[in-house]
This record gives sequence, C-alpha cells and structure tokens, in this order.
Amino acid sequence: MSIDRSFAYRKIIDRLMLGLTTICALLAVALLLIILGYIAVRGFSALNLDFFTQLPKPIGEPGSGIGNAIVGTLILIGLACLFGLPIGIFSGIYLAEFGTGRFGTALRFLTDVLTGVPSIVTGIFAYTLIVLPMRRFSAIAGGVALAVIMIPVVTRVTEEMMRLVPRSLREAALALGAPQWRAITGVVVRSAIGGIATGVMLAIARIAGETAPLLFTALGNRFWPRSLDEPIASMTVQIFNYATGPYEEWHRQAWAGTFVLVTMILIINVAVRLLTRSRHGTAG
Amino acid sequence: MLKPDELQLKLTAPGAATDLTGRSANLGDRIFKSVTLLFAVGVIAIVALMIIEMARNSTPAFHKFGFSFLVSSIWDPVQERFGALPFIYGTMVSSLLALIISLPLSIGTAIYLAEQAPAGLRALVSFLVELLAAIPSVAYGLWGIFVLAPFLRQHVEPALSSTLGFLPLFRGPTHGIDMFAGGLILAIMITPIISAVSRDVLMAVPQSQREAALALGATRWEATRVALSYARSGILGAVILGLGRALGETMAVTMVIGNRPETSLSLFDPSHTMASVIANEFTEATSDLYRSALIEIGLLLFVVTIIVQAIARLLVWRVSRGLKEESA
Repeated sequence: MSIDRSFAYRKIIDRLMLGLTTICALLAVALLLIILGYIAVRGFSALNLDFFTQLPKPIGEPGSGIGNAIVGTLILIGLACLFGLPIGIFSGIYLAEFGTGRFGTALRFLTDVLTGVPSIVTGIFAYTLIVLPMRRFSAIAGGVALAVIMIPVVTRVTEEMMRLVPRSLREAALALGAPQWRAITGVVVRSAIGGIATGVMLAIARIAGETAPLLFTALGNRFWPRSLDEPIASMTVQIFNYATGPYEEWHRQAWAGTFVLVTMILIINVAVRLLTRSRHGTAG
Repeated sequence: MLKPDELQLKLTAPGAATDLTGRSANLGDRIFKSVTLLFAVGVIAIVALMIIEMARNSTPAFHKFGFSFLVSSIWDPVQERFGALPFIYGTMVSSLLALIISLPLSIGTAIYLAEQAPAGLRALVSFLVELLAAIPSVAYGLWGIFVLAPFLRQHVEPALSSTLGFLPLFRGPTHGIDMFAGGLILAIMITPIISAVSRDVLMAVPQSQREAALALGATRWEATRVALSYARSGILGAVILGLGRALGETMAVTMVIGNRPETSLSLFDPSHTMASVIANEFTEATSDLYRSALIEIGLLLFVVTIIVQAIARLLVWRVSRGLKEESA
C-alpha cells in the first residue's frame, strides 16, 4: 500500500517537473517572439523610403532618415573585416595546423579570453590606442574596436572548420608531392572555405549590433561619411541616442532603426543556419 | 609506413624535405608557417596591449586614490574625487539578480532540450532560444525602456511592494527604470548562453547513466536528476559563463537601470554599473583624472570578467572532454 502511494507520488513529481521544464522552454521562446514582435510592429509602422536615404533632420521637419548611419555601419563593418579577418583567419590556420604545442594551448586560451572581454572595454582599448594619439574620434578607431571583437570569433571558427576537413584529403595532397603549405592552402583551406565564410558572416552579424565599443571611438555624425579619420555615424549609436532622447519622433525612429538592424542580423543568422544544416548535421 | 604526424614532421623538419619534395618546397613551408605564426602572435599582442594600455592610462587615478578607489562611494567629477564602490555594488547586485531570475528558466530549458524534446523540435527550439543571443544589446535596451519598464512600473513593482514590501528589497516608490529592470533584462540576455551550454553538457552525459537509472525503476525525472548530477560541474561552468556575460553587458543595462551612483538596498531605486558609468560618462570626461578613473573601472571590469570566464571555461572544458573520453 505504502509502496503504491510513493510510486504515485513519484509519478506526480515526474509529470510536474517535466511539465515545468517544458514551460521554461516555451517561456524562453515566447520572450523571443514578444521582443521581436514589438520590434516588428513598432518599427515597421515608422518606416518609409526617406528613412533609408535621408540625413537626420531637426525635430518637426518631415522626411528625417538614418541613411548616413546605415552607410556608416557598413563602412565600420568593412574596416573591421579589413583589420580583423587576416589576423583571425591566419591565426586560425596556425592553430589548426601547427597549434599542437604549449604555444598553441596558450594561444587558444588567449583567444577565449578575448571572446570574453566586455565590448565596452574593447572601446576603451581602441580609444587609448587610436583616438588619444590621433587626437580625434574616427571611423578607423571604431573599425579597430569592432575588429578586436571579431578576431577571436573568426580564429576559432577557422580552426574548427579546418579540423573538420578529413585527414585523407591532406594526405592525398602530400602523397601527390605537394609541399605542406600547398596542401594547406590549396586543399584544406579550400575545403573549409564555406564553413569559414559562414563563421565570418556570424561575426559580422555580431559586430553590426555592437554599440558600446563605438560610443567613444566612432562617436557619431549628423552628416554623410566623408573621410575615415573623422567621426562616423552608426545605426546602433544612432538608435541609442534616439531611444534615450526626449522626443516622440526620435523614439519612432529608434524603433524603425532597430527593425532594420535586427532584420539584417536575423537574416544572416537564419541563412547561416540553413546553409550549415544542409552541410553537416546539427552544427552551427 | 609513416604515420601522418611523422610525415608532417619530416616535411617541416629542416633538411628532411630535400629528400622528399626539394628545397624550394621546404622554404615555402617555412615562410607559410612564419606568416601564420606572425598573425597568431598578433592575437597575443592585442591582449597584451589591452592590459598595458589600460594600466598605463589608469595610473593617474591609481596614484591619486590608491586602493581607496575600491571602497569609496564618493563620485564627484566637479571636485575630482572618485570612488568606484557604487558601480562595483551595482554590477554585483544586477548580475546576481540576473542569475537568480535566469537560473531556473535556462536550466529548465536545457533539460527540456536535452532530455525531452523530440529530435525535430529540439533543433528548432534550440535555434530560437539561441536567437535571443543574436538580438543586439541596444535593441534589448529600447524594448526595456518602452515596454518592460512601463510594465514593471504599473503592474509588477506595485504588486511586489504590496506583498513583499516588508523586505527592504522591495521598498520605495516604483520607477520602472531601476535595478530591478536592469537585473531582469540581463536575465533575459544571459538565458541563451546558460541554456545552450548546459544543454550541450547534458547531451554529453553518456546514455548509459540514464538507462541504468531507468532500469532500476526510476521515473524519467529521476533519470534526468542522475544526468544532472553527472553534469553538475559543467552546468556550474555554464552558469558562471552567464555571470561573465552579465558583468560586462553595457547598453541594455545603461538604458534601463537609471544611472545614479547610489548604493541602495531597494531594487526599486535607480542604480549604476561599472559598464554603464563608462558608457555614460566617458565622452563627458574632460579632465585627465576623470578619464583615468573611468579607465581604471574598465581595467577592473576586464580583470574580473577574465577571471570569471577562465573559471567557467575550465569547468566546461574539463567536463565535456572527460565525458567524451569516457563515452568513446
């Protein structure tokens, strides 16, 4: 009798706890949908063509836009790739091919350290390294800050993708008499390039949404970008300024800007997801 | 026959390649390795430079205030007197609050994903939860200001203060823009990382553990608890990883926490964190001492997050490696 009751009790606990974990998962997904829903509804209703093509205008004047900030964000991403991709990809190749010793372990650890650095600290770093000596805020400083965020992501993804390439491919190249560097660049990197490219896209999606490292490096600008050694507008900083400002019109534009930014980032994430799933199982 | 490793050794060892592929290939290999090494050293240089630059630029504040910087709660840019205590306190409390709120949610989600979800649904739900991590911080902040804060002010906080108001935590007027909102938005932001890492750790637990429990007559929940206790240090690592994220998170917190340098017990009071004071005041810092005080806070934040991340990664690495070796 008592055994039966304790079994029933255990059954109830079983159902209860498993039910609770399902509710947790539902809640997490619901949070995503709620946040995306607000951004979609409030952002989309504030969108129009001028928003993409015009400069910010004073309050009350119609046809205000963030065209300069969209261009600015693209320029900043370009600069970050220019500075960050060579370091990220080559150090990833080093880790995959030669990173077996103690130096490799240390490098892997430091790469992880760099991943964990708060992005605001990256901003301070770029400020002391670029802004102070140049004595001005600039697009270059913003690009350096974003590159520092991008590098560890690209390094790790390059290493992982190169390790996925079957050993036999490399051995085949070596057996055909190819020197090691030709086997690496011509066979291993070429096989891994698709995976590396998707990793780079994810890194771009990540830095496109960064605000903190740009606050006191790229600063912001009301006009179209003219030169890389001047302050430059970015979508994220513009959204931040609009959101924390006092005007209803600014808030509307902040929602619209967020909608554009989040749409961009989500498209990259979903595309990468679809691409990697068709290539190798559940990775990504 | 040579094993691949030995073959590579032969190819990279000076002189050896002459026999196999000729001298020029050997030179090419050496150049290639040097080039990749050069860029790899670049990564190390960045970390080193980061520490050097921040230490150098924070020396004025360190010389002036010494260790009293850490315990003084006076933050007066006009008089040029700086103490970081309110910010350290704000960072600690907001991160702790985020962990407390996020913990049940993310562990529950991880258990659902690893133990329960049907295979087709698992990939989809995992992806959706991880998408929470892809939303930019500034978007969370915007949502926090205009949706979460008014909701807290009108519904949640009055309810909390009328039921739990006897605790000093839930006293005072409700603003919506306060420590509570900061902790809550952080909790949402760290949920994807804690649940994703915990899920991976749980899925690395050998199936035999659960099967053994089930064979002994355990219910599914009891078998899950066996798996949980098997994976506990990895899950601890996941939680600490989330903590590291919460400590350094800047924009969303800055936008909802109220930005007032006070140490108040009540969660309904505006507050400030180490990251948010840097974001707010760095461009306004006109004097060298002011700026160096902010950089010192940045250095402090850097050191703390690095230590936290290192502990977390060690835990997660050890567990998932150990589990893989055992199950192999």
